[in-house]
Amino acid sequence: MANSLLLVGVGGQGTILVSRILSEGLVEAGYDVKMSEIHGMSQRGGSVTTQIKFGEKVYSPSIGEGEADLLVAFEKLEAARYISHLKKGGTLIVNDEEIYPLSVLTGNADYPDKVLDELVEQVDNVKVVEASRVAEELGEPRCQNIVILGSMVKVLGLENIDWIELIKKNLPERVHEVNIKAFERGLSQ
Amino acid sequence: MKKLLTGNEAIARGAYEAGCLIASAYPGTPSTEILENISQYEEIHSQWSTNEKVALEVGCGASIAGARALVAMKHVGLNVAADPLFTIAYEGVNGGLVIITADEPGMHSSQNEQDNRLYAPHAKVAMVEPADSQECKDFIKEAFEISEKFDTPVLFRVTTRVCHSKGLVELGEREEIGVKEYVKDIRKYIMVPANAKVRHVEMEEERLPKLREYSNNTPLNRIEYKDKRIGIITSGISYYHAKEVFKDKASYLKIGFSYPLPDQLIREFANEVEKLYIIEENEPYIETFVKAMGIDCIGKEILPICGELSPEIIRKAILGEEKKESYSLDMEIPARPPTLCAGCPHRGIFYEVGKYKDKIIATSDIGCYTLGMAPPLGVGDTVICMGAGISAGIGFDRANRKANRDKKVFGFIGDSTFFHSGITGLIDGIYNGSNMVTVILDNRTTGMTGHQENPGTGKRVTGEEAPVIDIEGIVKAIGIKEENIRVIDPYKLDETKEAVKDAYEAEEPFVIIAKQPCALLKEVQRARRGLYCEVDQEKCRKCKVCLRIGCPAISFEDDVISIDRAQCNGCTICLQLCPFDSIELIGESR
Ligand SMILES: Cc1ncc(C[n+]2csc(CCOP(=O)(O)OP(=O)(O)O)c2C)c(N)n1
Repeated sequence: MANSLLLVGVGGQGTILVSRILSEGLVEAGYDVKMSEIHGMSQRGGSVTTQIKFGEKVYSPSIGEGEADLLVAFEKLEAARYISHLKKGGTLIVNDEEIYPLSVLTGNADYPDKVLDELVEQVDNVKVVEASRVAEELGEPRCQNIVILGSMVKVLGLENIDWIELIKKNLPERVHEVNIKAFERGLSQ
Repeated sequence: MKKLLTGNEAIARGAYEAGCLIASAYPGTPSTEILENISQYEEIHSQWSTNEKVALEVGCGASIAGARALVAMKHVGLNVAADPLFTIAYEGVNGGLVIITADEPGMHSSQNEQDNRLYAPHAKVAMVEPADSQECKDFIKEAFEISEKFDTPVLFRVTTRVCHSKGLVELGEREEIGVKEYVKDIRKYIMVPANAKVRHVEMEEERLPKLREYSNNTPLNRIEYKDKRIGIITSGISYYHAKEVFKDKASYLKIGFSYPLPDQLIREFANEVEKLYIIEENEPYIETFVKAMGIDCIGKEILPICGELSPEIIRKAILGEEKKESYSLDMEIPARPPTLCAGCPHRGIFYEVGKYKDKIIATSDIGCYTLGMAPPLGVGDTVICMGAGISAGIGFDRANRKANRDKKVFGFIGDSTFFHSGITGLIDGIYNGSNMVTVILDNRTTGMTGHQENPGTGKRVTGEEAPVIDIEGIVKAIGIKEENIRVIDPYKLDETKEAVKDAYEAEEPFVIIAKQPCALLKEVQRARRGLYCEVDQEKCRKCKVCLRIGCPAISFEDDVISIDRAQCNGCTICLQLCPFDSIELIGESR
């Protein structure tokens, strides 16, 4: 039985790096892995989605509505946008972060209030990660994504894989230390 | 060794292992990373060509000269390259020639979702279709073999889900093939009518029958007999979608060599199974063939032609299963469309042209600057295909004149697009006396597809230095008068406004070249890292003029206008617009 993970976020948040590290770890753990990403216009502030499936044998990389075991949202509005993909009883990890679309920035639309409250009320298993606050505390706002990776690893129960090594492999040396800290903070969130 | 690779990385690896020597491409999602990855192998000469037709012709020449050549493009690129495709099919190859078409069912970042499998029977070229990364690598090697064995170019058809999905791939070694001997053979390589007539008959009577036989015997086409109550003929990613739904509860004929289709295999399979389904994305390519053989099957009666397929869609169509249980929220969720970035050099010119919105027609083109059409800038009447930003403008201008419609035409085109297919349009305009305005948005990169070098950037795909092709020089050389050319910095609104005014009033062909590098280029980011704009809240009167430029760094919340320092690169467009001098530039560029 394949495990289906859907990662959603906004271009520039580093979802693709997290999916890459995660898939490499899953391969090392001996799983068959398929990962599929739609990143055509990711640099231009649009929504980005990555689908990861792993298990003994994976066929289709696609994840439809009600098919994700774990939905990981790097931004709250994206959690709301993709919530229909989460399977009943599945888990939602959501970053307590707001990024306004242009229509909201220019005052032509409203960022819905209480997205988080609504999500917590509707979804049975929700884990809210304050990745931006943690990253801020660590003095490197860009390591939010690695905080989230830590939380995912915890939820998936995959602590036995050597993630630190993979983080080092995928990031430049000068940011190793802060990202390892970020990962550990994510694990314990 | 096994490695996790995207389909595009696996194709590059396959080319390397197959002893490919020349690779040419023009960028386009989802094909771009193929050449980017190939260029990392020193053994292969890799180049971004100016457009897909040029790329394919480079491949044709290399193949005839005796080298294994690979050419890559997105689906619409094959339209541009269709001319050489149809004739190289007659000529055949010397070194193997593999042409990759990366199709985009679902149009995640394309203007249409044409199904390029239909090109194969039309051009009569062999076609191969992998379903995952391992097959991408293996089939590329096989495609080179097929090409040389049957003396045919091979169309290698992939889709976004194959190109951009990662799967495990077993790596192999490179086989050095070298360059084959070239023997002059004008019967084969000069397609004048007398030779073409002979070649066409040879194709029909010799090559295609041999390929048909191959199709029925190659392991690329394989039958998996499981439960025979349901039989499924499928290819590409649809095979895995079908497997996901039916697992062992159906039998499969998986097609990896899809032109010519394996008629005997299809008949054998159809005879064995009770109910036959054809599961394929977009057009009923396999289905039409099967039905023409007089075989009963179900396909597009229940499966959609439009958009991507998924296990979910197949489950519903064939098994009648409803969606799986999930969650929903009762709230309005604002869309998050792509936008011009903070600091994008395209913003200033669209803002200034936007002031004439009601008095002009804007024929735009494909690239980041297409986004100039979105509110609040809202500049753009048409987008068709690369190059049409200029040429469609010529036609629009003519029709306007016939209708006595007093609307000046402004055509927009990016630097990469100008080199790709804008120059011919501009020549046409001058030659035929159009008085449209052409705005060339020279941001010194191919932005939309993720920053590829182009003839104007001074670098090649390999990072080597290259001559810079001078856009202004071209514009002058083809006959735009000096007084009708403005080279401007679109970060400077005064200059931009002046140029737009002159252009609007001109009675002759007019060109504006807006020069400012893309804000996301590494060297630009480095140079402007310390720069940003800030709102002085004491002076700000909340007139919201700065919101009219649609900059994602500027927000209006709780009655306060503010600028996000992390995004802002100090382009100062907002600062120049502010009527109350309430925006300040902080920091210095390096
Ligand atoms: C025939 C064809 N080939 C490739 C593409 C993919 N594509 C879309 S826009 C673009 C290039 C845009 O670059 P440029 O004109 O420099 O504009 P920018 O994005 O930098 O603003 C490409 C290659 C396409 N749409 N059509």
